[in-house]
Amino acid sequence: MMANIVKTGAGETDGRHPSERPAREFLFANRAALGSLAVFIVMLGLFFAGRPSVFSNWGLYVAVLTVLPVALFMTAPLVFVVTSGEIDLSFPAVMGFSSLAFAVVVQAGYDPFLGIAAALVVGAGLGFGVGALVVYGGLSSLVATLGMNFMLRGVILILTNSKSIAMPELSDSLAFQVTSSQLWGIPVQIFWSVAFVVFCALLYNRHRFGAQVHVVGDNPDSANEMGINVSLTRVKVFAFMGVGAALAGVFSTMINFTWWPTSGDGYLLPVIASVFVGGTPPWGGIGTVLGGAIGALTVSFIQTGVVGVGLSGFYVQFFYGLIIILSLLGHRWNQVRYR
Amino acid sequence: MAQHIIELKNITKSYGNIFALGGVSLHVDPGEVVGLIGDNGAGKSTLIKILAGVIKPTSGEILINGVPVNNWSPARSRASGIETVFQDRALAVQQSIVRNIFMGRELAGPFGWLNLKKQVSEAERLMREIGFTSKVFSPNSIVGQLSGGERQGVAIARAILKQANLIVLDEPTTALSLTETAKVFHFVRQVRASGRSIVFIGHNIHHVYDIAERFVVIDRGRVAMEKKKSEIASAQELIEYMEDVAKPPSIATGEMA
Repeated sequence: MMANIVKTGAGETDGRHPSERPAREFLFANRAALGSLAVFIVMLGLFFAGRPSVFSNWGLYVAVLTVLPVALFMTAPLVFVVTSGEIDLSFPAVMGFSSLAFAVVVQAGYDPFLGIAAALVVGAGLGFGVGALVVYGGLSSLVATLGMNFMLRGVILILTNSKSIAMPELSDSLAFQVTSSQLWGIPVQIFWSVAFVVFCALLYNRHRFGAQVHVVGDNPDSANEMGINVSLTRVKVFAFMGVGAALAGVFSTMINFTWWPTSGDGYLLPVIASVFVGGTPPWGGIGTVLGGAIGALTVSFIQTGVVGVGLSGFYVQFFYGLIIILSLLGHRWNQVRYR
Repeated sequence: MAQHIIELKNITKSYGNIFALGGVSLHVDPGEVVGLIGDNGAGKSTLIKILAGVIKPTSGEILINGVPVNNWSPARSRASGIETVFQDRALAVQQSIVRNIFMGRELAGPFGWLNLKKQVSEAERLMREIGFTSKVFSPNSIVGQLSGGERQGVAIARAILKQANLIVLDEPTTALSLTETAKVFHFVRQVRASGRSIVFIGHNIHHVYDIAERFVVIDRGRVAMEKKKSEIASAQELIEYMEDVAKPPSIATGEMA
């Protein structure tokens, strides 16, 4: 009898109740990403108010859009890593290593596309290795990946005698045209990196892999009890990070026509900062790929913005810190941790 | 004789020198409700986790429908039609109800892309089926926002998602309010009526006596008693027996009396 009454009541509202209004659910589900977007818009507005003439110049945005993709290729996979309850500090060296593979293949006279394939294989392989070490070795990912970053960078320096590799022939290649030229005055790599971010966001929210990454980071015991291979899922996440680092390495080498032994080094802190500025909390289980991408946009805009607004470069680090802290404070209210 | 759905033969589990289970045998027949009783630390939870494939036994044999199995794991246990509602921390509380219900068996199309719409409608159907409907939460609500009883509802919905042969409930009413407990019992009776087997673990012997048809008392890693309901007159008799089992040997032999 009671059940009947409840059923009729639900039927009258077409089986939906108040919290199911799609607009509200969308806002709630994406509140972290939207918050990051708000931070970016406010920051851009302040820069614009400070120096309208500089910030209405398209060239400034092209400069940002040329460098941003490299960060995006690593920020999106790092959201997976953090969501799974781990951290990876080895991606800068993996980026350097896989782009070295790219450079070696190109320098040997092979097609750059073959070089890209080589970089992806090396990146995925190194990521898999780092992940296997952390997961099956039962090590803290914070410390183990820090160690791997030093070690892999050391191997790079030993192998190459710390010499850079110049590849001027890249500028004539089809691979360069496809990946790093300009289209309608916009750097092409931004399209690739945006496509990669969209793919990552779908993988994160609408794919079995993403669902299992969430659950593994949230409650590994429960995931294990429900038959999910927790260790393998974690290793896959590190391998995916390696793929992202390889793409970043290829694109960064393409931009400069040169591979540097330090390739990747400068990205460690900005990429990690991007993930957290974007609204992914550090404890695992939840996160946002789109937020991370907006975080990367914010972080890469700070340097250009600070200089563009007329302040000396000494202010850049201060503003990095300021934005990170303000973002964390902003995300405080929407990052409730359920236990 | 009907074949046992699952049979555990002479299972032991030791951690170093400590024996958690010292040779336990347990079987479940189709359509029966087994009540598993025992004090804290008696080995009930270890036994259940072995049944679910979460813990590997030190020795012993596991048979499914009379066939011995190797490499028993959570995935295999679930594939064999055994669903377990674990006592503690069984849900990913930062995730949605849907994601919890489909944990480990997501509805996915080609290349692993999820069928989100179908997951939501299936979740809605399950919640309605077990009477855990609400005007406050939807299948996309976060589990952390739910009460203890509602969370248990999600865990139970997950267990009946597929037509399981055997549902194992490990202390499903601990920390629940009276209303919520009643809901859980209502559900257990529904499952029993549908002809599926149940293993029910409980502290409250009245509850266990009420629901089960066969009782297995575990004490210090061994089966101390196994009786059919027809052999026991009342819950009181079961309690008296439990008290007897719990006595230290010197008291049990009557020397102190």
